[in-house]
Amino acid sequence: MVATPPRRFHFRRPSVIPGFGLTFGYALTCLSLVVLLPLAALVARASGLGLSGIWDVARDPRVASALRLSFGVSLLAALTASVFGFVVAWVLTRYDFPGRRIVDAAVDLPFALPTAVAGIALASLYAPNGLVGAQLAKVGIQAAYTPIGIFIAMVFIGLPFAVRTVQPLIAEIDKEVEEASATLGAKRLLTLTRVVLPPLIPAVLTGFALAFARGVGEYGSIIFIAGNLPFVSEIAPLLIVIKLSEFDYAGAAAIATIMLGISFLTLLVINLIQAWSRRRFGYV
Amino acid sequence: MSEGITLEAAAAPRPRSVISEGRGVRWLLTGIAILFLALFLVLPLLTVFAQALARGWAAYFEAFAEPDARSAIRLTLTVAAISVPFNLVFGVAAAWAIAKFEFPGKSLLITLIDLPFSVSPVVSGMIYVLVFGSQGLFGAFFIEHGIQIIFAVPGIVLATIFVTFPFIARELIPLMQEQGTAEEEAALTLGASGWHAFRTVTLPNIRWGLLYSVLLCNARAMGEFGAVSVVSGHIRGLTNTLPLHVEILYNEYNFVGAFAVASLLAGLALVTLVIKSVLEWRYAGDLAAGGRH
Repeated sequence: MVATPPRRFHFRRPSVIPGFGLTFGYALTCLSLVVLLPLAALVARASGLGLSGIWDVARDPRVASALRLSFGVSLLAALTASVFGFVVAWVLTRYDFPGRRIVDAAVDLPFALPTAVAGIALASLYAPNGLVGAQLAKVGIQAAYTPIGIFIAMVFIGLPFAVRTVQPLIAEIDKEVEEASATLGAKRLLTLTRVVLPPLIPAVLTGFALAFARGVGEYGSIIFIAGNLPFVSEIAPLLIVIKLSEFDYAGAAAIATIMLGISFLTLLVINLIQAWSRRRFGYV
Repeated sequence: MSEGITLEAAAAPRPRSVISEGRGVRWLLTGIAILFLALFLVLPLLTVFAQALARGWAAYFEAFAEPDARSAIRLTLTVAAISVPFNLVFGVAAAWAIAKFEFPGKSLLITLIDLPFSVSPVVSGMIYVLVFGSQGLFGAFFIEHGIQIIFAVPGIVLATIFVTFPFIARELIPLMQEQGTAEEEAALTLGASGWHAFRTVTLPNIRWGLLYSVLLCNARAMGEFGAVSVVSGHIRGLTNTLPLHVEILYNEYNFVGAFAVASLLAGLALVTLVIKSVLEWRYAGDLAAGGRH
């Protein structure tokens, strides 16, 4: 394990710097009390139900429809955020235009703006009498209080993830490779699709997965615009809140467990993508 | 960087750069990006302020004269004043242990610290209900001793600490890892005590990263909605934070009031973004690489 075999076992490599016991102990205590213990309570509650109990909750038509809605719309929203996020990241790193830095800073707005504030702003914009909603209504689209509204809110909160995971990698692209490709006679489009884009794919996928995971769990920015009609526009996190308010802890824990399970799968996929990228391109 | 490309392009007028797209494509992509950001990010932000002032300044300030609004402001400040320092001390301790020492299981520890980032806000609130709620693990114990945690301020503080838990540690760990231990070792060799070395060597090195992460932590602590909503119980004047107050006003169709209170939070977000951007422009070298959240 350790490069030079120590004479006796040390948990940590010996160092002159003091304070390991104190800081490590304190950090571990905080972590256990704040994060691990409450999460363990969820696991305990869910394992009390057993797999069959969780499956029963998931099969309930209302729960199934909420889960389908949350995951389905989040998938579409993450896809949209990834496509536009890539364009935004490309424009911000490759082109120069007045106000570029301000636009760059604005990308983080969904991180900084409280979700409830974003939620009521989006709801009032896209409501049938709202600024954008009225225009959409003219062409026969109702955004607010339908899954389209949920989609819009999820794009909003997912966008910074899509931009910020790709942006540093675009900045790091070795321009000589592009020049070589151009010198060898490739048209710009060919250079982009065959030389520039392939190494960026893992980052795009990571951004997609992060936006997707965030969208599935999101609550505050969605519930105002969603309308929350059961079977139509009721998202899974809202159903957890409803079950909790009915003191149906078991039902809430079951839905949460399903969501956590799928989130962990997403994280696993991200790690696999990054491992694959490291093998294929030598970096994450 | 991109500035270099355009400078070259400007200096040599005719043969355009082979490593950039044509002018038309550049304009088109820039247009798409800016239009998209304007529609999805800027318009909602402007809406907040426009709606808040829809009935003039008098109606705007009326929203803050209400005792419920005042108590919501007070509660939000209180919650941030407890949870941010808590996470600050935790973050510095965790970063010290992780960045300055080598021990097995380090990456697992970092993953566990990151965990709250990947948990849905609603689930973050719910786990505390499962522990401290009336039917929770320790619910009976706390009820017996007359201590209320869920549907009371302690629950709100706990949920806020949970969702903001990784913010400061996450920034400081990579930053302190980059900086290594040489400077602290030098200070110790010269006879400084551990605490003295930390205060006079480490702290100045991490001050911008510290400020940066405290800022983001605070913004999230004051703005958290989902997790707090689950544990708060929505008791007006008692357990309503600002975001919850916004929700109540909005659901009562008091739109001016809701957006007025929301504008306060939007203002906080804007101030946070501005200071954050200035720190990134000025002190990029003193922040963790890729420390952007």
